[in-house]
Amino acid sequence: METTVAITTSDAQRDVAIQLKGITKVFGDVVANSNVDLEVYKGEILSILGENGSGKTTLMNMIAGIYFPDEGHIYIDGEEVVIRSPKDAFAHKIGMIHQHFKLVDTFSAADNIILGEKCPKFDLAAEREKLAEAHRAENEAYENYDEAEHPGPLAYMTKPKFHPEKETKRKLALMPFVGIGRRIKFNWLAKKRADEVQRIANRFGFKIDLKKKIYDMSVSEKQTVEIIKVLYRGADILILDEPTAVLTPQEIEKLFDVIRNMKAAGKSIIIITHKLNEVMEISDRVAVLRKGEHIATVETAFTDEQQLTEMMVGKKVSLNIDRTEPHDVKNRLVVSGLSAVNSDGIKVLDDVSFEAKSGEILGIAGIAGSGQRELLEAIAGLYKIKDGAITYYDPAKDDAPVDLRSKTPVQIRDLGVRLSFVPEDRLGMGLVGNMDLVDNMMLRSYRKGFMFLDRKSPKKLAETIVNELEVVTPSTHTAVRKLSGGNVQKVLVGREIAASPSVLMAAYPVRGLDINSSYTIYNLLNEQKEKGVAVIFVGEDLDVLIELCDRILVICAGRVTGVVDGRRAIKEQIGLLMTKTTRDVDENQVSLDDLEVHQENDVKGGDAQ
Amino acid sequence: MRSVTGKPSKFDAFVDKLKKESPIHIAKRMDAPKWFPIVIRIAAVVAAFLICAVVTAFFEPNAFGTFFVEMFRGTFGTERRVINLFWETAILLLIALAVTPAFKMKFWNIGAEGQVLIGALMSATCIYYLGGKMSEGGLIVLCLLASVVGSAIWTLIPALFKAKWNTNETLFTLMLNYIATALISLVITVWVKSGSGVVGIMEHGHLPLLGDQPYVLNILIVALITVLVWVYLRFSKHGYELSVVGESINTAKYIGISVPKVIIRTMILSGALCGIAGWLLVNGASYTINTSLAGGRGFTAILVSWLAHFDPLVMVITAFLVAFMGRGAAQVSTIANIGGSFADIVTAVFFFVVIASEFFVNYKVKISFAHLKKDKGEEKSSESLDKQASSAENDEAEAAPDSDSSEAPDDVVASEDKEVTE
Repeated sequence: METTVAITTSDAQRDVAIQLKGITKVFGDVVANSNVDLEVYKGEILSILGENGSGKTTLMNMIAGIYFPDEGHIYIDGEEVVIRSPKDAFAHKIGMIHQHFKLVDTFSAADNIILGEKCPKFDLAAEREKLAEAHRAENEAYENYDEAEHPGPLAYMTKPKFHPEKETKRKLALMPFVGIGRRIKFNWLAKKRADEVQRIANRFGFKIDLKKKIYDMSVSEKQTVEIIKVLYRGADILILDEPTAVLTPQEIEKLFDVIRNMKAAGKSIIIITHKLNEVMEISDRVAVLRKGEHIATVETAFTDEQQLTEMMVGKKVSLNIDRTEPHDVKNRLVVSGLSAVNSDGIKVLDDVSFEAKSGEILGIAGIAGSGQRELLEAIAGLYKIKDGAITYYDPAKDDAPVDLRSKTPVQIRDLGVRLSFVPEDRLGMGLVGNMDLVDNMMLRSYRKGFMFLDRKSPKKLAETIVNELEVVTPSTHTAVRKLSGGNVQKVLVGREIAASPSVLMAAYPVRGLDINSSYTIYNLLNEQKEKGVAVIFVGEDLDVLIELCDRILVICAGRVTGVVDGRRAIKEQIGLLMTKTTRDVDENQVSLDDLEVHQENDVKGGDAQ
Repeated sequence: MRSVTGKPSKFDAFVDKLKKESPIHIAKRMDAPKWFPIVIRIAAVVAAFLICAVVTAFFEPNAFGTFFVEMFRGTFGTERRVINLFWETAILLLIALAVTPAFKMKFWNIGAEGQVLIGALMSATCIYYLGGKMSEGGLIVLCLLASVVGSAIWTLIPALFKAKWNTNETLFTLMLNYIATALISLVITVWVKSGSGVVGIMEHGHLPLLGDQPYVLNILIVALITVLVWVYLRFSKHGYELSVVGESINTAKYIGISVPKVIIRTMILSGALCGIAGWLLVNGASYTINTSLAGGRGFTAILVSWLAHFDPLVMVITAFLVAFMGRGAAQVSTIANIGGSFADIVTAVFFFVVIASEFFVNYKVKISFAHLKKDKGEEKSSESLDKQASSAENDEAEAAPDSDSSEAPDDVVASEDKEVTE
């Protein structure tokens, strides 16, 4: 472990909320965590930083009771605890907000939050005992009651009542119904609990309508519900697994405000992330994991992004993307007025128009699910379009226009259109997980020849890709699902590039990839751009989009809300375009004009709460 | 484990540790050598035989040895039995081959029983109406064509519904089985005027005997089909397309495979093979038709195919084993006089053990008490860590180490690390 500068906190007086000692977790032969020591103080925000597969989530899952550590100890408030299940975790006031929300769609927010809370147990025998005892006591008092001691006209009010044995028996017999009644009150007349939820939401500054159904909610609202749920259960230690991955810049700001409020209330917050800028912005300390080992915990104030990256990757990494000026720019693919509806009849693409030009990278930005997938699939002939035109200008035929509207993938290929597509779902769409590299190469080429398959040229191609893109695999006959995410992506991108495309579409090509693999992919895209390919890049990290793309198309709810120049774009501006829509009006919706007002509000809100 | 106060007994400490973590670990087997699954499966087959022998011994105290003797006598005892065994293997194999392409495509066709019966019905119909009116050779070929076409059409029905409206093929094909059986009953009542409900041996359309033995030609035909199906699945474009559809419909669409087309084409093939099975059953084996002609083989074949992981060549072995178990167990139950259901029990036990063995092929189970012993060393290291920490940072918030561990060396627990395979 070549530890870099480890600046540990010198503040020994602070209260430790949770402490991990020597935590090790092994899955089969894979060491997910090895001897990790970690402390989280009360009232602090700790970021857990690390690349994919560095064991961040595994470590947190062990605190949250999802996994059980093979070795090591967990101490909460100085006492050793055993956390065997999420239930145990709750008992120790630990709550985790997972990346994939676990909510019931058809329930309201409040119902989701109180869901699963157990009605206090009704102990029939004890309750009966209690009642009988009360009656006995009162009867005794009745017998000892001396009217002379309590004079006055209102004395009858304080006079103990006599309970005949018959009455006691009847009440005892009816006792089970009291239990049922309490249960009904708890489960169906949950107003009291809902009020409690509202109180918690107000306290931490969540803006949310608790009566809203989950299916009407945006991703950020759902996340809010998850956080309130954890707080409602009384969690003092909150773990957030990549909370910002699905949010717009504005939503992230709001989330951070709430997190700061929680910190002020003395909660400990652990954020799992791999976005450096957010780490710098929000956290008090950063714990860096690499390959399952705890490299160091540093105070955010004494470090910078470069240092953190080096700790995370283990070597120096250049964080710059080399963007060249596009040359020989011509329209290659022109989409105009494209509309499409999904199987529910809802418009997923609404009058989309843009052009992809040769020799440049066109970025597509938008909140996840804004129509990016449908747009690319429509171009590739996989999604039925309702209206509009897709025209390809064939460079081989002197830029003669080819109509791609409503063609199947095979027809598109037969027209001589060299269109490559790296879909979002790598193993579910781009590749077949259970097949080996050779058979996956064959997906594009198997149609050649008569009746029988030619496995020789795909094998050669697989070998070339393995060598040139440095794919780590035991052999070309390994099932691709056994490869790591980065290697799977290299295989897919390699195959698509091997078809020497003139248009290359890539949807979230670096999702889930570590920094090194991500930069390999960026370089590959840049190479294609240099070759004069029209590259369409759908991304989620705005910083990368701004650094990589020549132009950025922003879409929101299936509509194009703007095209910005990649060299002059500002993150906030793109963020606003991403949420600019006429539908789904909620408090996130702001027009470009009130950008400043909005930001001011945010700052104020953060201070006030 | 809240920090323990007082002196816990060694036993308490042990129970505490056990509670803290189960000694059984199940992990995915990552890099098992190639021979490993084969060894496990052979072991499973042997274990299945032993269990069956023990079960037999319950009913017939002297039968422990008898079981093995009779198993072999029932299958290899006479020339006739050997031929029967191989014929049973062949017909199971053929039906298994028929369902395999569909299963590889993840089309859960459990209607092979009915598809075979329809093939048989078509063939019998040709014999019934045209027997004697045309040459024997011509009749046999006509029967074959009728069987293949009839079964293919029968199978096409669920395929079309699946391709067009995405209906549930499992229910659909299952229901068709009942219809096929009812159809045969109907036809028999029409044909047999006496009302006995039995179509006797039909005189025409018999396949020629090779070497004066029945079934030999049938077995050769099945062998040929086995090789053809293997080549089809492994080396043809169609075979590749149907595996892609089976693995991921999205990928299939992405590369431009027409999924409905593949479903329909594959199901026609599946039906045609079932038709051949029906034809062999009528023209090459029983020379008659009844509702139990397929005898549940349509369902057993699913297991045969599955156990072989859809590999036609491996299916030869699994089909043989299943046929061997069935025939042998029937003989055992006759000799030991323990009733016909015994054969079913033995086959069931066999399947159960062999299928269960797949778990051990994919996962390894580790029973380990090691962590209980290890705790001692660990405690030391964490103590020393604590010391470092406190000296370095004056950190007095050192968590209390377990009081029990630093005390008397407890070697209570014999630690063992053993890997369990069966």
